[in-house]
Amino acid sequence: MSETFAPVAPAEARPASVVTEGRWIRWLLIGIAILFLALFLVLPLLTVFAQAFAKGFAAYLAAFTEADAHAAIRLTLLTAAIAVPFNLVFGIMASWAIAKFEFWGKNLLVTLIDLPFSVSPVVSGLIYVLVFGAQGLLGPWLLAHDIQVIFAVPGIVLATIFVTFPFVARQLIPLMQEQGTAEEEAALTLGASGWHAFRTVTLPNIRWGLLYSVLLCNARAMGEFGAVSVVSGHIRGLTNTLPLHVEILYNEYNFVAAFAVASLLAGLALVTLCVKSLLEWRYADEIAAGARGH
Amino acid sequence: MAPPTRAESFRAEPFHAEPLRPKRRFLRPSVIPGFGLAFGYTLTCLGLIVLLPLAALVTRASGLGLAGIWEVATDPRVASALRVSFGVSLMAALTASVFGFVIAWVLTRYRFPGRKIVDAVVDLPFALPTAVAGIALAALYAPNGLVGAQLARIGIEAAYTPVGIYIAMVFIGLPFAVRTVQPLIAEIDKEIEEASATLGAGRVHTLVRVVLPPLIPAVLTGFALAFARGVGEYGSIIFIAGNLPYVSEIAPLLIVIKLSEYDYGGACAIATLMLGISFLTLLAINLIQAWSRRRFGYV
Amino acid sequence: MGLVLPYPTESRRLTMFVKTNETSVAGVAMRKTSLRLREPDWEIPVSETTSRTTGRTRRHAALLGAGLAAALLAPPLACAQTELLNVSYDPTRELYREINAAFSEAWKAKTGETLTVRAAHGGSGSQARTVIDGIPADVVTLGIPSDIDAISRISKKIVPDWRTKLPNQGLPYTSTVVFLVRKGNPKGVKDWGDLVKPDVKVITPNPKTSAGGRWNFLAAWGYAYEREGKDADKANAFVGAVYKNVPVLDTGARGSTVTFAQRGLGDVLPTWENEAYLVFEEFGRDKFDVVVPPTSIYAEPPVALVDVNVDKKGTRKQAEAYLQFLYSDRAQAIFAKHHYRPLNRAAAKPEDLAQLPELKLFKIEDLQGDWDEIQKKNFDNGGLFDQLSKAGR
Repeated sequence: MSETFAPVAPAEARPASVVTEGRWIRWLLIGIAILFLALFLVLPLLTVFAQAFAKGFAAYLAAFTEADAHAAIRLTLLTAAIAVPFNLVFGIMASWAIAKFEFWGKNLLVTLIDLPFSVSPVVSGLIYVLVFGAQGLLGPWLLAHDIQVIFAVPGIVLATIFVTFPFVARQLIPLMQEQGTAEEEAALTLGASGWHAFRTVTLPNIRWGLLYSVLLCNARAMGEFGAVSVVSGHIRGLTNTLPLHVEILYNEYNFVAAFAVASLLAGLALVTLCVKSLLEWRYADEIAAGARGH
Repeated sequence: MAPPTRAESFRAEPFHAEPLRPKRRFLRPSVIPGFGLAFGYTLTCLGLIVLLPLAALVTRASGLGLAGIWEVATDPRVASALRVSFGVSLMAALTASVFGFVIAWVLTRYRFPGRKIVDAVVDLPFALPTAVAGIALAALYAPNGLVGAQLARIGIEAAYTPVGIYIAMVFIGLPFAVRTVQPLIAEIDKEIEEASATLGAGRVHTLVRVVLPPLIPAVLTGFALAFARGVGEYGSIIFIAGNLPYVSEIAPLLIVIKLSEYDYGGACAIATLMLGISFLTLLAINLIQAWSRRRFGYV
Repeated sequence: MGLVLPYPTESRRLTMFVKTNETSVAGVAMRKTSLRLREPDWEIPVSETTSRTTGRTRRHAALLGAGLAAALLAPPLACAQTELLNVSYDPTRELYREINAAFSEAWKAKTGETLTVRAAHGGSGSQARTVIDGIPADVVTLGIPSDIDAISRISKKIVPDWRTKLPNQGLPYTSTVVFLVRKGNPKGVKDWGDLVKPDVKVITPNPKTSAGGRWNFLAAWGYAYEREGKDADKANAFVGAVYKNVPVLDTGARGSTVTFAQRGLGDVLPTWENEAYLVFEEFGRDKFDVVVPPTSIYAEPPVALVDVNVDKKGTRKQAEAYLQFLYSDRAQAIFAKHHYRPLNRAAAKPEDLAQLPELKLFKIEDLQGDWDEIQKKNFDNGGLFDQLSKAGR
């Protein structure tokens, strides 16, 4: 009889849980993960602040007294203030059309909306030069009508819209799809107008997802470098966004100022991460379709 | 089954006796309003912002003809830049996938102090502007930097070599690797692992034969995303790469250089090549996910 | 690719459109509304007629949507400019900051008009490209004549004979290339010939994009050409050997300086004379030495008016005055102060002139012909630099 039980005995002798690794392995893996993240992600972030304050607080503040820095901050805010609402409206429109209706060619449409994600930032800038540059498609026409697109605010805004184009739509489409159309249909049957149904039924359902996507969209819009760099022309005090201003200061040996301005952007990134994590912890299932707690 | 409702009773009426969708039409009828507005707006924005400029690029490149593009692509310097971009990105994506998996595993499976903070930190590359990451990495990994000095002591030159490109690409690719795998690890049914263990499999055996296979598509997707992002990356790399032709010059930088030389054709040809390759990557991701749907029933 | 989105969407994204129409609403429990309806397929009540009318209104609505989008996208009209834009090359940032302020002041005193001069800096080639692509530059102050020739040739915005419009071929100042080395000159770099020593690492910018890079290239070539008894092949080989010793090729002179001075790479930085002295001021004289080679190149960074742009903007008067100002005593003194070689030495302070060492300067035009030829032979696609980097891999 004892032979019958023999195979079971070792199983019982195993550690309390059979669905995890041994304690040492566990701590080893945790150690690897934290070390890797510290080396590749946290250390660069700390470097920004360390370099920014390398010559003391006064030197740090001096970076922000310059008129060019103010202009860069203003331009960055302006760019985000145009690009983010634009993509917000576009995202809602696109996800409304895609999530609430069935139509032919939908997959293609979604793929096309995704396209800017897979395009290198440099290429994103290049294509606007090809359209709006003096040697480009519309160049002669724009020249004749005295409209400056690239090397001016419109070009910077366009390039920023391009790189952040899918942010809101990508977040909302699956969310709206999961919520289906039943609630809106119910509201409509009860006599609500389409706009009213959208405002009172759809919008409350997607508001956290919307906020979440706007947050990420904004972070990218304010931080975009490659695409904006190609179309900006780097005119001091006129077409320099914050990331470009960082590069300029860096190339002027003004490392403390470069890192000081960079720390502003890093601070923005930290705030973004905090709010993002907060949203994820509190409203996980209202942010994304099929969100699972983690 | 839901009990029959008013709407269902309509179905029996002769008015609707014909098949519901007799012919293919563009839009399936719906009571929800606003399709025209939303669809028109979407298409117009998409057309003006994305498609028109991209078409301008392809038109410009097609002016060269296939032979012309091929000539640009096989120019040794361009070929070498493409090799650097794709080769290093491949290695970086591989690293990001391996460590990304470990990080995702640790974050979902283990409880340890500070886990939520570590979880939040993973998204840092999404939020940190690439130029900021670039100068920070350059400062850190330069021979006189904090980490660079240590690496120099053991004979590794990090900044201004392909190693620097690799570091920057790992930085920006890591979140993709973690975030695609993480939800699937969270979804694994622990009962399967228990069953495997009960049937006498050791932990390693269970992991390799039971836990890992369904995760492979997600790992591959994360890998492809990290790879695609790395290939196109510019801002964080130019500060740390060294930008030496044939050694550490990346394809996006070569586009910028071609532009500086007023060589629009060359710039467009490289851009089109990169575009084509990112399409292929996109396609690969789709195939992986389609395969995984067939094989495992989910993505 | 939904790259920046959080994971749940990511993993779902390709399944979400696979759902067949037939399963759309049925069975989906509704959340968060008091209307606990469980209705199957809402599509049914929509009759053929309604769908036809909605078809028409839909088309109208689509047009409305398109119009809305177009209105939002319409680029804001460019507002009138009351300022000058000077598009310049990389190392002149500090110089033109002072020149521009001085000119604004002088202009205000003369005419009472408030004028801001803005500056854009980058690699000389990149800057020329932005002018060609339509940056509204009033004047260009670039690092090498061939870049202005390129603007003139490709965009026709500058007259082809721009050299004749201003004194001294459009050169209010000149410069040359000297070496910046680490303190004490540990590698003993004294002359161009030392750059090919196997243990010497040379930091220089990319000649394709940077004017400074091109001057370095041409200076090395000219040195070897003279040394080898005017043998062009040997000169080419010498330049190839120099570039074998280059570990980093930045896009602009500034990038190279940062690499050398801040990042500690390389043993010698052949660079603009003004840039070498600027490093002294920025990083301290205790870290570097300037080595002046016995011979070097006569570097010509020219200035020109962008005719088409100033006529369009109506700033010709101001822009011309700005360029003339560069030849004034005041500007000449500022050039000397920033270690450029002024055209009119009498206007500069003696102590600034004392900083500019005497050395034998050669003109590359005397060795290679006119600028079209120089550019084509060395830097265009398939030129000497391309051949050398191909061979030197």
